Amino acid sequence: MHPILIIVFAPLVAALIAGLGNRFIGNVAAKSVTTAGLFLAAGLSWPIFLGFLGGTATAEVVPVLKWVQSGTLTFDWALRVDTLTAIMLVVINSVSALVHLYSWGYMEEDSDQPRFFAYLSLFTFAMLMLVTADNLVQMFFGWEGVGLASYLLIGFWYKKPSAGAAAIKAFVVNRVGDLGFMLGIFGTFMVFGTTSIAEILAAAPSMSGSTITFVGMRLYTMDILCILLFIGAMGKSAQLGLHTWLPDAMEGPTPVSALIHAATMVTAGVFMLCRLSPMFETAPTALTIVTIVGAATCFFAATIGTTQWDIKRVIAYSTCSQLGYMFFAAGVGAYGAAMFHLFTHAFFKALLFLGAGSVIHAMHHEQDMRYYGGLRKKIPLTFWAMMMGTLAITGVGILGVFGFAGFYSKDAILEAAYARHNGAGQFAFWAGAIAALLTSFYSWRLMFLTFWGRPRWEQSEHIQHAVHDAHGHDDHAHGHGHDDHHGHGSDDGTAGYHPLESPVSMLLPLGILSLGAVFAGFVFHHQFIDGASFWNGSIFYNEDLIHAMHGVPLWVKLTATIVMLIGLAGAYVAYIAKPDIPAKFVASFGALHQFVYRKWYFDELYDALFVKPAFAFGRWFWQLGDVGTIDRFGPNGIAWVVERSSVAAKSIQSGYVYTYALIMLLGLVGAVTYVLL
Amino acid sequence: MIGIEHYLTVGAILFVLGVLGIFLNRKNVIVILMAVELILLAVNLNLVAFSAFLNDLTGQVFAMLVLTVAAAEAAIGLAILVIYFRTRGSIAVDDINRMKG
Repeated sequence: MHPILIIVFAPLVAALIAGLGNRFIGNVAAKSVTTAGLFLAAGLSWPIFLGFLGGTATAEVVPVLKWVQSGTLTFDWALRVDTLTAIMLVVINSVSALVHLYSWGYMEEDSDQPRFFAYLSLFTFAMLMLVTADNLVQMFFGWEGVGLASYLLIGFWYKKPSAGAAAIKAFVVNRVGDLGFMLGIFGTFMVFGTTSIAEILAAAPSMSGSTITFVGMRLYTMDILCILLFIGAMGKSAQLGLHTWLPDAMEGPTPVSALIHAATMVTAGVFMLCRLSPMFETAPTALTIVTIVGAATCFFAATIGTTQWDIKRVIAYSTCSQLGYMFFAAGVGAYGAAMFHLFTHAFFKALLFLGAGSVIHAMHHEQDMRYYGGLRKKIPLTFWAMMMGTLAITGVGILGVFGFAGFYSKDAILEAAYARHNGAGQFAFWAGAIAALLTSFYSWRLMFLTFWGRPRWEQSEHIQHAVHDAHGHDDHAHGHGHDDHHGHGSDDGTAGYHPLESPVSMLLPLGILSLGAVFAGFVFHHQFIDGASFWNGSIFYNEDLIHAMHGVPLWVKLTATIVMLIGLAGAYVAYIAKPDIPAKFVASFGALHQFVYRKWYFDELYDALFVKPAFAFGRWFWQLGDVGTIDRFGPNGIAWVVERSSVAAKSIQSGYVYTYALIMLLGLVGAVTYVLL
Repeated sequence: MIGIEHYLTVGAILFVLGVLGIFLNRKNVIVILMAVELILLAVNLNLVAFSAFLNDLTGQVFAMLVLTVAAAEAAIGLAILVIYFRTRGSIAVDDINRMKG
């Protein structure tokens, strides 16, 4: 049996056992079986990845089952293993296994743990189906599977109305993208006559320049197909326009945010672009659009990240922004750099999310950074893990010596954008550089607000609840000690609350991911960026672009580092040295701040453009069409007629014998008359 | 000379009396039963009259049949009435309307 079969199906089996067994097998059994399944999958994934890294493994396709044979439409369940898949395998399985482990601690007090772990494993299975897909239909199966799991997990705390709303929003916004993806698949089948990815990629170059009639216009076939597929990627990867669901998805439990909305699912769009890279290379217009959308997202999301107060939302916008980097890297043709950033980002972003979860855990579910502060000494291990993540995402490093993970991948992307030497590439370079500055600013702002300064916990309702519960016990013991405690607690801003470091099951994943965040870039950058033999044809490898990347001027190579330092300095001045600057800034540029703080009014815009009209339309159909027409003349009308006619018929039934006899006689007379005449 | 028309006239008078006895009577169910008997008698009279007039015995055989049925019907009808009276305490026609819709 090929290990890939175990890797893909172990999470499914674990999910079924935990999900269907649920309360019959209990919390510990359900958690053990899913976590063990994922560690098994992760353990088997690394040898495959190292095999490709060492050049000993070869790409192969492992057939599983026949699926559809209908006329010319033929496709099977088959698992494709090549370099690109192997990278995704280690990312998905490693992060998922660690998130499973982390959830042991984070979800300790939840009453519904088997369901949570079953969803997590189900998600992992769907994601693995996506990345091992041999044909577009199987990829779509995984694509929808992760969407379903994402929906279930965002709405995991289904008693919270906001969680339910966020889950629906994520699902509906993704439908928009999925429509594009589906049209892309249909169109691809129409043009190429197959859904097999290998055959499509082989045939794509010959279709370059051909045209097709679409909505009455003559367009380049490959451009239109790639744009449709990219719309699908935009939905799943939360790119500008279809990004609105991602910040709301933070309603889900934090491990879910780390796994699905940072490390894996949201990168599915980037993966798809890289998987189909030979196809996209034949569509220059589509690539330009990818570049511009990616760069715009990268800048746009970073601006919002600088103003948000919710620690998870800051990281969510950061994810959105980093996905923008990956897209414009793919758009300029540096698919290796895009995948590299995906790889490193998975580690440091999962680390940041899990670290944020650890902070939230310590702060009694308070998520607002305004009520944090001074946590560095209280939860030192979490602090150092977050520090590693921050150093990695901001791209700290010294050229040619050593750098944290993000240093290599972000630099490569910016160099590639600069080296592209076209308008979109230049735009992407500058947008990416500004976004890197903002990334550094909001990442350090998060760190400074959370871990430095004096504690500001006393204004937090969550903390007050926690302290009040603890003091409730004191009152019983000491009688009138309550006021004293309160007065004492307020002096240092802690309200008498003592944050506790998270349990080992949560700290261990943080430690392992920290290693990834520190070393993933340094160890692997050579293979990912320059490794034509490593990629071995699994993505489109642009030799010229790689040469041009190495030939960019020194200032380009240093740009990322310089803007990182500026961002760090800015955050230091604004949040440590002179903490009154942000308030002054908001006071003098209120409109600008409000515009960014309200997320560029995208939600309000969509609400007015789509949601409200859709509701009005629905209400109109309901009241006028359904109630007013169909019900009135249909069921209700018929019921009315039956009721009235039965009342009329009832009055004939007097119950007196003589009336029946009379009617009988009349009938008889009528019948006799008829016969006689 | 008494001809068939006289018999038929008496039969018709009896029949109409019976029918009117059913419709116009609002007092007593027994009267309805008696009216039914009257109708059957009118029919019998007609059967026998035609039988004699046409020299065909079939009509008289039919008359015997109708007499038997009438006797049985009267017996059952009276039995039902007795039971009805026991349960309801009344056999007034206006009280008997439990089949009202």
